[in-house]
Amino acid sequence: MTTRPPIPAHPRLGTCLAYQLQRALRPRPSLRWLSARIQASGLAHPLFTKTERLTKDTLFGCRMCGQCALPVTGYVCPMGCPKELRNGPCGGVGADGSCEVYPDMRCVWVEAYERAAGQGRAADLQLLHLPIDHRRWGQSSWLNYWQGRDEELWTDKVGDTGDNVPHRLPVLGGS
Amino acid sequence: MSLRDRLTSGSFAVTAEISPPRGASTDPIAETAALLRDWVDAVNVTDNQGSNVRLASWAGSLAALQAGLEPVMQMTCRDRNRIALQSDLLGASALGIRNVLVMTGDHPKFGDHPEAKPVFDLDSVQLLWTLRHMRDQGAVLSGRPLKPPPDCFLGAVENPFAPPAQFRAERLGKKVDAGAQFVQTQFVFDVAAFQDWMAQVRDLGLHQKCYILAGVGAVRSRNALDFMRDKVPGVTVPDDVYRRLRAVPPDQTGAEGARLAAEIIQQLRAIDGVAGVHLLVAGNEQAVPGILEEAGVTAGRTDHGR
Repeated sequence: MTTRPPIPAHPRLGTCLAYQLQRALRPRPSLRWLSARIQASGLAHPLFTKTERLTKDTLFGCRMCGQCALPVTGYVCPMGCPKELRNGPCGGVGADGSCEVYPDMRCVWVEAYERAAGQGRAADLQLLHLPIDHRRWGQSSWLNYWQGRDEELWTDKVGDTGDNVPHRLPVLGGS
Repeated sequence: MSLRDRLTSGSFAVTAEISPPRGASTDPIAETAALLRDWVDAVNVTDNQGSNVRLASWAGSLAALQAGLEPVMQMTCRDRNRIALQSDLLGASALGIRNVLVMTGDHPKFGDHPEAKPVFDLDSVQLLWTLRHMRDQGAVLSGRPLKPPPDCFLGAVENPFAPPAQFRAERLGKKVDAGAQFVQTQFVFDVAAFQDWMAQVRDLGLHQKCYILAGVGAVRSRNALDFMRDKVPGVTVPDDVYRRLRAVPPDQTGAEGARLAAEIIQQLRAIDGVAGVHLLVAGNEQAVPGILEEAGVTAGRTDHGR
């Protein structure tokens, strides 16, 4: 578990570049193979996780929840929201777009909407994010993403039947 | 007539908010219920509102029910994780509490225990989804079956006025997708801005999937006006409303606030897709009969013979 409380962070990576990187690094067999090798290695796995932590902390204020929402939030981290809201802003956003808890900071969801809409990706914010798995804190979400274990983080398949709640996210061991 | 029946029948619904006492007695709730039950269809019982400790909302809801007034139990995500929230829904349903209003909740920073751990294990959309899943699939999130499943009428909140403005109607859409059957909004003082939001709501067809109750406040005093404008997260008081309420002598602010509330109710009632109003009058419940009489709205137990 992280010890740092959630505080809104302004991303240091431009949205256009972020989406280009998203396309370049989308899951494919070679990355799946590579990430499985990294995960299996006692030396490379912690090094890789540490690198991810440093990179994403610098760029996005990442707190390593291990289930990254950035690809569908305009690359603004929702876990920086003091309420850790993953489905959009609360009702307390200031008229100027400020966070109600940290009035000097902008609401992460106001910024997420602006950044996503600016790249024609506003529809991303309509996706429903499922409850997170708190056992995943501290894990590498890049390894999870490339190995297809992040596929149930959000969905657009919500009808009136209510039958689409995955009961549990898959258990992810350290190996 | 229950709140659900009132809304389903298409007649204008009225709900009001009360806050449970800070103390181990439900007597104040019974008194308020006696005052309101002839006037409103249901009463919201807040869940430690403003992050201040008060009597539990399920207990307050039960007290209202026993006093002859249908409760809407408010549930926030601030203080309980997914285990406690699911457990409380089962308890409420077993006790006969049918209406549940789900919201994120204020941050502990604003209350009397700012040092408390903010939980927020689920957000409001996820909690709606969870409760609907329990009711419709008869199972908790882990998949374990519920015998019997809870019966509940699920509500959500929305603030039509907070940024990002373009996203607020869509956000309600997410809540409707997740299971919201009715929504109560933040205070409407700016009817024009509310109409803009309602136009977006109608464009998305949400008024046909979910009953929309617009929040209406009655300003009691100049202090309350200033507090509402400057201190309550997510509330906007437009300048013309502020000037109007400041223009009367201080001892008449309450009467002018009630008149304004009645006028706003009449304006809201004329908006296509508005199914009712939600009176945000906690602590000022005695103003409710006057406001509704002036607005020409009848609801509650008797409909006053009209």
